[in-house]
Amino acid sequence: MNTVAAAAPLTAQAFKSDYKPIWCPGCGDYSVLSSFTKAFAKLNLRPENVAVVSGIGCSSRIPAYTNCYGFHGVHGRSLAAAAGLKLARPDLTVVVASGDGDGYSIGGNHFLHACRRNVDLTYVVMDNHVYGMTKGQPSPTTEPDWDSKLSPGGTGLRTFNPLVIALAAGANFVARAFAGDPNGTAEIIAEAMRTPGFSFVEILSPCVTFRPEQREWKQMVRPAPVTPTEDAARAARRLMSDDGMNIGVLFKGDRKPYQPPIGKGKKHPSDLEAEFAL
Amino acid sequence: MSTKKSSKKVSKSSGKTRAKPAAKKTAVKAKRTAAPKRVAAKAAGKTAAKAVVKSAAEFMAHAYAMEAEAAERYAEFADSMEVHNNREVAELFRKLSRIEQRHADQIMEQMGWKQSPATAADVRWEGAEGPETADPTELHYLMQPYHALQIALHNEKRARDFFAHLAKATKDVGVRQGALEMEEEEAEHVRLIEEWLKRTPKPDANWQADPDPPVLSD
Repeated sequence: MNTVAAAAPLTAQAFKSDYKPIWCPGCGDYSVLSSFTKAFAKLNLRPENVAVVSGIGCSSRIPAYTNCYGFHGVHGRSLAAAAGLKLARPDLTVVVASGDGDGYSIGGNHFLHACRRNVDLTYVVMDNHVYGMTKGQPSPTTEPDWDSKLSPGGTGLRTFNPLVIALAAGANFVARAFAGDPNGTAEIIAEAMRTPGFSFVEILSPCVTFRPEQREWKQMVRPAPVTPTEDAARAARRLMSDDGMNIGVLFKGDRKPYQPPIGKGKKHPSDLEAEFAL
Repeated sequence: MSTKKSSKKVSKSSGKTRAKPAAKKTAVKAKRTAAPKRVAAKAAGKTAAKAVVKSAAEFMAHAYAMEAEAAERYAEFADSMEVHNNREVAELFRKLSRIEQRHADQIMEQMGWKQSPATAADVRWEGAEGPETADPTELHYLMQPYHALQIALHNEKRARDFFAHLAKATKDVGVRQGALEMEEEEAEHVRLIEEWLKRTPKPDANWQADPDPPVLSD
């Protein structure tokens, strides 16, 4: 694909592919897809300059539904693939899509180190507190007392607090959004993409099939009553005491993104082959 | 989704055409004459909008954003229902999307705009989305046309109330006339959908029953 100089801005619709999503009717991920495309249009991006990378799960189907480069990767490894892509092609805008199972359980380790490395990525996690694609198992963010056939009486396990963990691990931008507010979410994603370094956006995205009670989230979310802070410790304290329903940008740092120089020490593939030959 | 422009209004239920409303012309005229005034338009309850409408042109931009967002949402609903093989409801949502898009196109034409004046993302509403935009969590894969029409009715009522409140709140003559006109249009849509609902079979009590349900956790 070639970049057209001074091309007319694209609409959000132009970033949608011809594939129709197969999510359940009512799933929050439809709105998140809409927020992705609105954010891309808002930032005047071109499809040939954007890559959407994902792992496995309902939310990870997003690359197929966006009209730009896409990579539907291995379970929990979306961040590894995305970091490799961004380091090799710093000119690309790389957005990573994940869910609470893919991102916090199987991909938990990559999450920590992606925050620490601070590669210039935007990591969007659609959190519905359940493994939806595999029919409703508890995920790391599932409430300990969520009773279901697959977790009778609940797991009894403390929930994972991804935003606090992201702060502790060094993420440069932390926000929470709600799928039921696609325009507000698009603004938050755009802000995350504008911010250099590793930006983490958690989106509360209801799973109406396995967690129908999450339909009530639209009555429960509210704009965060505080302005974003540059102090990670302060942001973490706020997050430790909120009920998980405060929406907005919560932390914005100024760490320099990790980007090794491109081309230095570049070796020909045959040299590498010789170096790693067994 | 149809992108064809039409200079005539199309009825929600029948697709019949009718004359272009006069007050919209007034609104267009007022665009040139009315002095911009800052008017906070807060409608009642959940239909409230944070729209700050300064002129008739800005009012029409809001109306455009509202119609375009509603069209996009219904198109998404249609896609979703099509994928889940609920073709009857998919067709109905597709029709609703086309109607809303036609309204958006008419506003473009009436205002002489060559490109969209605003997207839904540019307009701030009191709630998360515009007053005519359907709530995605209301969908169900086994829903029936009656349910789809109930969703549409709810949205048309919200749109009507929004414009009614805007007409009361504004001090700008052009905005008021435009809002009253749109209120009347939306009220007509409410009546048409109510009629449509009367002709549509009501689902029985077990409409959600699925012999092979996806949910293991019930």
